[in-house]
Amino acid sequence: MPETFEPRIVAFFCNWCTYTAADLAGVSRMRYAPNVRIIRLMCSGRVDPQFILEAFARGADGVLIGGCHPNDCHYIEGNYKCLRRFRLLRRMLDDMGVEEKRCRLEWISASEGDKVKKVINEMVEQVRALGPLDLPGRFRDWDKEVAALEHAAPGASEPCDAHAHAHKEEATHA
Amino acid sequence: MPEKPKIAFYWCASCGGCEESVVDLAEDILMVVENVDIVFWPVAMDFKKKDVEAMPDGSITACFLNGAIRTEEQEEMAHMLRRKAKILIAYGACAHLGGIPALANQFSKEHVMEWAYDKCPTVTNPSRTRPQTSYKDNGRTATLPAFRNVVRALDQVVDVDYYIPGCAPTPALLKGAVVALLSGKLPPKGTTLAPDIALCDECPRKASKPTDVGYPEFKRPHLARIDPNLCMLAQGFVCMGPATRGGCGALCINGNMPCTGCFGPTSRVRDQGAKILSSICSSVAPKDEAGIDAVLEGIPDPVGTFYRYGLAHCLLRRKVSLNDSAEVAAK
Amino acid sequence: MKDKVKEVWNEAGGRAGQQYIGARRRITVDPITRLEGHGKIDIFLDEAGKVERAYFQVPELRGFEVFSIGRPAEDMPQITSRICGVCPMAHHMAGTKALDDLYRVEPTSAAKKVRELAYNAFMLEDHALHVYILGGPDFIVGPDAPAADRNVLGVINKVGLEVGKKVISMRRRIREFISYVSGKVVHPVFGLPGGVSRGIKPEDLPKFKELAKDGVEFALFTMQVFQDIVLKNDAYVKLITSGDYTHQTHYMGLVDEKNHPNFYDGRIRVVTPGGHEQAKFRVQEYTDFIAEHVEPWSYVKFCYLKKVGWHDFTDGPGSGVYAVAPLARLNASEGMATPQAEAAYKQYFNTFGHKPVHHTLANHYARVVEMIYAAERMQELLDDPEITSTHLRVIPTHTPSVGKGVVEAPRGTLIHHYETDDRGIITNANLIVATQNNSARMAMSVEKAAKGLIKDGRADDGLLNMVEMAFRAYDPCHACATHSLPGQMPLALRIYDHDRKLLEEIRR
Repeated sequence: MPETFEPRIVAFFCNWCTYTAADLAGVSRMRYAPNVRIIRLMCSGRVDPQFILEAFARGADGVLIGGCHPNDCHYIEGNYKCLRRFRLLRRMLDDMGVEEKRCRLEWISASEGDKVKKVINEMVEQVRALGPLDLPGRFRDWDKEVAALEHAAPGASEPCDAHAHAHKEEATHA
Repeated sequence: MPEKPKIAFYWCASCGGCEESVVDLAEDILMVVENVDIVFWPVAMDFKKKDVEAMPDGSITACFLNGAIRTEEQEEMAHMLRRKAKILIAYGACAHLGGIPALANQFSKEHVMEWAYDKCPTVTNPSRTRPQTSYKDNGRTATLPAFRNVVRALDQVVDVDYYIPGCAPTPALLKGAVVALLSGKLPPKGTTLAPDIALCDECPRKASKPTDVGYPEFKRPHLARIDPNLCMLAQGFVCMGPATRGGCGALCINGNMPCTGCFGPTSRVRDQGAKILSSICSSVAPKDEAGIDAVLEGIPDPVGTFYRYGLAHCLLRRKVSLNDSAEVAAK
Repeated sequence: MKDKVKEVWNEAGGRAGQQYIGARRRITVDPITRLEGHGKIDIFLDEAGKVERAYFQVPELRGFEVFSIGRPAEDMPQITSRICGVCPMAHHMAGTKALDDLYRVEPTSAAKKVRELAYNAFMLEDHALHVYILGGPDFIVGPDAPAADRNVLGVINKVGLEVGKKVISMRRRIREFISYVSGKVVHPVFGLPGGVSRGIKPEDLPKFKELAKDGVEFALFTMQVFQDIVLKNDAYVKLITSGDYTHQTHYMGLVDEKNHPNFYDGRIRVVTPGGHEQAKFRVQEYTDFIAEHVEPWSYVKFCYLKKVGWHDFTDGPGSGVYAVAPLARLNASEGMATPQAEAAYKQYFNTFGHKPVHHTLANHYARVVEMIYAAERMQELLDDPEITSTHLRVIPTHTPSVGKGVVEAPRGTLIHHYETDDRGIITNANLIVATQNNSARMAMSVEKAAKGLIKDGRADDGLLNMVEMAFRAYDPCHACATHSLPGQMPLALRIYDHDRKLLEEIRR
């Protein structure tokens, strides 16, 4: 491989704990992998599974969720909701072929700047080892099978000749 | 006398249930036939495809197209009918969201072929014959259409004007759409022609819908009695109602079984499966991982349960790790 | 407009015929219309313009057996019903019975009756659909009638609007009843291992009894229509008994202990072309008796009797080819379980003078006999005091692993076979779907009809329709037969010369 693959990881951090910890890491001049784009939410309970799927669909190689430790949620129950959703989403992603290490939930409190560094570094290496997910690229590849038809689309008066298409598939189709 | 609007019905990868829903207009079908000219409907009429091809573009007022798209013929027909029709309506869950056939997006084409022609317990195929798209037999060539790796909803192939949801749509919904068409009073393009609110709103068991619930378990319907009067969720059965558009009359609920989500999401939801997962999981009772996992054992198949009709429209669209054979790379 | 097209087609066909005599030609009938699902017929002509070979192809494959993997078994009755929206109740019921077997649970007596009642209502309306809307128009309007008339509207024109409304109303009422008891008529929901999710309330019983009574009358009326329009028409009778539409194969159907057909339950019985019992087995043993053969020119597999063996697409006691559906069910049985149906059964066999009846087109007649049985059975069950019971569920406790269930779908014997892990999650599924049992015989029928009817390379719309009739008589459900991947081939007619140059194309 000519250049090392640089994973792109989207992180959803809760305002009160994890985001503050990330701030702390920054202020403390901790150095860690730059591959993460952080999105701040008020609570990990705000993380809608749609956000996670959307992140993957738009090209993220990994998604990290950071929230307050159990019992410490600013809104009392939000992080539990996040955990419950995450447990089933994790299984569903597995059934859909997205490897376990690509989606991770961590409890990081406001004072744990070093944990932010550790988790991010670890996750970047794990995702690097898995390789790119590149869903947009995969979607493009899958859609090549219909793109062929777009170019061959006949005008109003020409009959469609499905036979020609069958021949095209013939050589490679079992 | 003004010409009657021309209507066409067509089916792609369909089970025929949507066609039945048209026939289920029963006496109303006579009203429809009086007011429109059905120019194409293969299940019931012997009209030729060439007749349709010969029509000027845009001359069909509305085409109701049901079924998912999986073969090149279906793609061709979708494109042709898009040209010939002023209004193209995705009719039924398969055209709307991919439908149950889209569950095949969790498996590779090779897996399907291998089971059908090699591995299933009744097949005897020692020579490992496989159907061919083009087969030469003594100077004769028999052809079969190739089918794609991916099952698609109609709007993943052509531009769609309206959606009528349901597996199958109810005759009432169809009648409403036909009446709207005839009156010329249609909502903005892209609208789904059904109420834009969750099923819970019209559910006869709404009164017992829980507001503050902590599920201690999820029951699989064959292992427990189903009370015909209480909200399904309140009883601990997974019900797609909260994330599913209403308008069906809560038929499955009246059959005393939970909703499985066939009307798809409301307009405010991007991914129906993710949304119901979110809603149901957040109310699971335990707070610890082990306890949560134990409750979630009651949902052994999240993909089949939450995306039963909508896998093609899932943000991931398909099991991402599937290895299509070399033919895709070769193109 | 349509007449003009037909004119142009015939003229072009004639010209092509003149110019290219001596070249090998191919005719493709595509799409085959007025059936459930999609079909394609490729007919190859030799130098003399006679049919050399006809391939009946079903270009669909949907993958239900594979994408059922990972699904909870209790979801299967609702998932498999999407194999077919015309006969969803058949799959729903076969699946439900497979679940009974999977969980080794015997449903309550009342639940079985409710199931059988809903099932017979479905058989009645589905057969009516075929008689009046799908296959029937061939006879009621006539196979040579213009294409524009060969449909339900043409039928209404022929039998009159009053009768037409009666048919529509009857079907609607029966379907409303099915919705009532099973949740949805298109894709029922009520089947569970050990019972059903809901039943019939006593206050609703009178109107359903009225419905069943009207159903019997309607079935008898349909028989009268059939007698008057078809059996009294010599040309039709000649067509039905013609050699072009006759095959002598084995026959299979579900029967009760008295060898009377029962659509809901029983043993699978097979008779030889001579009418002798060849096998009678429980569905649990089906893999010992039924096997599937693969051809490279069709997605649908061809079922045959394992113990007789596959000996190509041939007739006779030495060939494993067999048929299912009304013709076969009557052949494989020894009388009907209800009185009026029994009388119709006797009259049916008297008409042809021998048993088994080998004329494919007799399926239409046999179908009406079955309508009478289905309606009478509905009456019997509605008169049973247990039908309004609320004792409708037995909760299973057995650890699941394998389950097999069988019903008679309108179009033939239907088998669901599920294998699961110990949580009841599907690991494998095998479905032998009604029409698929007939696929070998259908291929033979199409070829024989094509050979008999198409000579000198001339094939006009009427002749082609008669080839399709050979096929339509089986009331094929191709969505079912090819429960493997969604696909469609609109029926197209193509004529190619020897160099595979496209000369002419007609599509429907």
